[in-house]
Amino acid sequence: MGVTTFAALGLSACSGSFPQSTLDPASGFSSDLADLYRTIFWWAMFVFVVVEALLVYAVIRYRARPGREGEPRHVHGHTALEIAWTLAPAVILVFIAVPTIQTIFKVDGTPPDGALEIEVIGHQWWWEFKYPELGIVTANELHLPVGRPVALTMTSADVIHSFWLPRLGGKRDVIQGRTNRLALTPDSVGEYMGQCAEYCGSSHANMRARAFVETQADFEAWVQQQLTSPPPVDSLDGLVQRGAQVFTSIREPANHSCIVCHRIEGLSYGAIGPNLTHVGSRTTIAGGTLPNTAEGLRRWLRNPPGEKPGEMLGRTMPKIDLSEEEIEALVAYLQSLR
Amino acid sequence: MATSVAAHVPAAAAARRSGIWSWITTTDHKRIGILYGVTAFMFFLLGGLEALIIRAQLASPNNTLVDADTYNQLFTMHGTTMIFLAVMPLSAAFFNYIIPLQIGARDVAFPRLNAFSYWVFLFGGLFINASFLFGAAPDGGWFGYANLTSKAYSPGLNIDFWVLGLQILGIASLAAGFNFVVTIINMRAPGMKLMRMPVFTWMALVTQFIVITAFPVITIALVFLMFDRFFGTNFYNVTAGGDLLLWQHLFWLFGHPEVYILILPTMGMVSEVLPTFSRKPLFGYAVVVYSGVLIAIMGWGVWSHHMFATGLGPIADSVFGATTMLIAIPTGVKIFNWIATMWGGRIQLKAPMLFAIGFIAMFIIGGLSGVMHSSPPSDLQQTDTYFVVAHIHYVLVGGAIMGIFAAIYYWWPKVFGRMLHDGMGKAHWGFMLLGMNLSFFPMHFIGLLGMPRRIYRYDTALGLDTLNLVASIGAFILGASFLIFIFNVFWTRKRGQLAGKNPWNAATLEWAISSPPPVYNFSVLPTVSSRLPLWTEHGVSEIPDVPPEPVHVPGGTIWPILTAAGILAIAGGAIMHTLWIVLAGALFMVFSIYRWAFEPFEV
Repeated sequence: MGVTTFAALGLSACSGSFPQSTLDPASGFSSDLADLYRTIFWWAMFVFVVVEALLVYAVIRYRARPGREGEPRHVHGHTALEIAWTLAPAVILVFIAVPTIQTIFKVDGTPPDGALEIEVIGHQWWWEFKYPELGIVTANELHLPVGRPVALTMTSADVIHSFWLPRLGGKRDVIQGRTNRLALTPDSVGEYMGQCAEYCGSSHANMRARAFVETQADFEAWVQQQLTSPPPVDSLDGLVQRGAQVFTSIREPANHSCIVCHRIEGLSYGAIGPNLTHVGSRTTIAGGTLPNTAEGLRRWLRNPPGEKPGEMLGRTMPKIDLSEEEIEALVAYLQSLR
Repeated sequence: MATSVAAHVPAAAAARRSGIWSWITTTDHKRIGILYGVTAFMFFLLGGLEALIIRAQLASPNNTLVDADTYNQLFTMHGTTMIFLAVMPLSAAFFNYIIPLQIGARDVAFPRLNAFSYWVFLFGGLFINASFLFGAAPDGGWFGYANLTSKAYSPGLNIDFWVLGLQILGIASLAAGFNFVVTIINMRAPGMKLMRMPVFTWMALVTQFIVITAFPVITIALVFLMFDRFFGTNFYNVTAGGDLLLWQHLFWLFGHPEVYILILPTMGMVSEVLPTFSRKPLFGYAVVVYSGVLIAIMGWGVWSHHMFATGLGPIADSVFGATTMLIAIPTGVKIFNWIATMWGGRIQLKAPMLFAIGFIAMFIIGGLSGVMHSSPPSDLQQTDTYFVVAHIHYVLVGGAIMGIFAAIYYWWPKVFGRMLHDGMGKAHWGFMLLGMNLSFFPMHFIGLLGMPRRIYRYDTALGLDTLNLVASIGAFILGASFLIFIFNVFWTRKRGQLAGKNPWNAATLEWAISSPPPVYNFSVLPTVSSRLPLWTEHGVSEIPDVPPEPVHVPGGTIWPILTAAGILAIAGGAIMHTLWIVLAGALFMVFSIYRWAFEPFEV
C-alpha cells in the first residue's frame, strides 16, 4: 500500500490530468498546504512502516508452530518500554505540530496590501463573484491576474457551502451571517477547477467553480469587456431582439419571467439568480455543469431542474413553459451578451 | 403476564422458557444481548446495501442509476444507520451478553430498564427507516448541518424523521449507559476489584460514561432543531439572530466523543482476544486501561477539528490541532501494548485472532490519516473530500467492524454453544480485508486529487473514473465477504463443533461456566482473586455445575416494551402533526411506567 502511495504522489506531481489535485499547487497558499502535507505524510509513512513491520514480524515470528508449543512466559508489562513508546510519538508529533502552527498563521487569510478584493457569495447551487472596486458581478467563473494577491471575502445567501479551488488553495466554508476570508496569490496562468465542498442539498454535486488566471493584459481586457454596457434592445435585430423580448416578457405565473430573478444591465433588476449582463462571455452555465454553447443553453432552458435537481421555490430556476421558438431566440440573445 | 412470575429456578429445572412471548417479555441480559445482536446485524446489512447502491452509482462518471435526492437520502441513511443502528448496538449486544458474565453477576443492575433500552432502540431504528416507505428518508447528512435542515431549506418530512428518530435512539443509549455504569460499579463478584476487571468491561465502563455525558449534548442540539421545525423557534435561523455554528459546536461536541463510543468497545474486545490467542496476559494492563480513560477524556477537547474550514481563526485552529495530535499518543500506546502482548507468545491464528490482528493493522492506517487532518492547514485540502471518507472507513470498518467480528468469532461459542467454522471465518476475514482495502485505499487518492464527498455524480474531467471503479469493485467484495459469515452461521447451527465451557482456553470469568450459560449464569456467585482467574491457580472459587440451592432470576415483564411503544406513538403523532396521538402516546407511556414501577418483579 505504501508503494501505491508513492505512485500517487509521483503521478500527481506531473498532473494536468487531475484538474482538482491538491498536490499540484498553483499558488503560494496551496503550495504551503501541499508542503505541510508532504512533511506529515513522510512522518506518517515512517510510523506506518515501523509499526506494521513490528506487527507482521510478531505475528510470523511468534506464531504457534511445531517446536513452539507449551505456554509462553507470562510477561505483564515493562515500565521503561511504556515510557519509551509514549515519548516516541510525542517527539514525532512535535515535528508535525511546529510546521503546522507556522503554516496556520501564514495562511490565516490576511491579505497583503494592494490585494484584489473579491466577494464570494454561495447560493443553492451556484457561486456569485463580485469585484467591488471594479464594479463587476459575475457567476461561477473567476478571472484573476497572475501574480497579484487576491483577497476573498465570503458569505452565503442561504445554506452553508464551501468554496474550494484545490490547486489555488484550501477550502473555506461560506456561512450565512458570517464573513470568512481567504488570501491567495496565483502564480501561473491557467484554468483552475473547483467545486462546492460542503454538502448543501440536492445539487451539491452541481455547484462548480473555476478560475481563469490570466496575464495582466488579458485580465484588463476582460475587465473592460465586463464594464461595457450591453446594447439597448432597440438597436438589436432579428432573433436576438426577439430573445430580448422573451427575456423581458411577463409570463404566467409572474415568477416564471426571466427578469424577476436575473439582472441584465439597463434591462432588469432581478437579484435571485446570476447576473446575466455578460453571460455570453462565460464558458459554462448551470453552476458550471453545462458548456455555454447553443446546445448547452437549449438543454438548460428546456428543463433547469432536470439539469440541476432540487427545486427550491423562489430560489432556483423552475421549469418554464417556453416554446422551442422562444428558446432559440433566448439562446441567440444570451449568446450575444458578451 | 399482568403480574410477573418470580421464577424460582430449581436446581435441576433451569430450562429456559421459550416462544416469542418469552422473548418479548424477557429481562434476561443474555437474551437481550442476542436481540441487540440480531437486530443490529439486520441494520448493518441494510446500511451495507445502501453503501453498495452508493458505490454502484459512483462506479462510473455522471451515472444515473439513482437521482440526486435518492443518493442524498442513501448516504445520509448509510451514515446514520451504521453509526446509531449497527456499530453502537453491536457493541451493546456484547455489553449485554458478556459484561455480567465477565464480572461474575447474574444480570445487569436494572434488567427491566435493559429490556426497555432494547425496545426503544428497535422502535427508533424502525421509525427512522419507516421514512423510506414515505419516500422521505432523511437527506441532510448524518451530521445534519443547520441551516440545511431547517424548514426553509428542507420542507419535507425527511428531517422530521431524522430529528425524532435520533431522539428516540438517544433515550435507548442513555438508559443503557446508566444501566451499565451501575452494573459494572456495583455488581462485580467479590474480589473483582476495578483493576482486576477484564479490559473489555473496562472499556465498556469508559464508553458508557461517554454516552451519558455526550448524548445530552446532541439531545439539546436536536431539541433546538425540533423546536425550530415544529414550533417556529429560531435557534438556527440566521435572519432572526441565530447562529449556524451553534449546531456544529453542539453536534461535534457530541460527535467526536461518539467516535470513541464506537471504537473504545472494540479496543476492549481486541484486548480480550489478543492475550487468549497469544497465550500471554495483556501487556501493560494498567497502561491500556488508563490510556482508554485518557482517550475518553481527551476526546472532549478536540471537537473543533471537524470545523477547521469554518474559519475559527488561527488560535483556535492551533489549539484544536494540537489537542487532536495529542490523542495519537494514548492510541499509539495501546497499539504498542497489543503488539507487545503478541511478542514472545504462541500466536494461534484462529479466526478471532486474525480479525484482531486485522483490526490493529487497519486501525494504524486510519490513525495515521487522522494525524494528517489533525493539522488544520493540511485538513483544509482534505476535509469534506474522499480522503476523510477513506479515514473514517479505515477507523470504522477496519477498526470497529473488524474488532466486532473478532468478538463475534470469539464469543459465538459462549453464546450459542457451538464453534463457528474456522476455515470459513478465515475466508470471511481474507475477503473482508481485500475488499475494504480495495474500496477504501483508493479513496485517499480520490480525495487528494480533488473529489468532494456527498456528490451524486462527478465529471470524467476529474480523471478519477478508474479509481472510483476500483473502489466500487472493492465495496462489492467487502459486501460479499459477509455472505460467507451468514453461511457460516447457518452451517454452524447444525454442524458446528460443540464448544464446551472454555474452547479457547481463555482466562476470564465468562469461560468458567457452560456454553451457553444457564439462565442464572453462576450457580453460586464466584469469588475472584486474580485478574486472569482461569489462568491462575485458585484464581476463582469453585463454581458447581448445579446450583446447590434455588436461584432467583427475574421474571418476564411486558411494561418495558409498552413504555417504548408509548414513546414510538409520541414520535409517530409528531410526524403526523396530530396532537391527540402525541398525547395518547404520552399518557400510555406514563401508564406503562406506573405499572412497571409497581409490578412485583422478584419475590
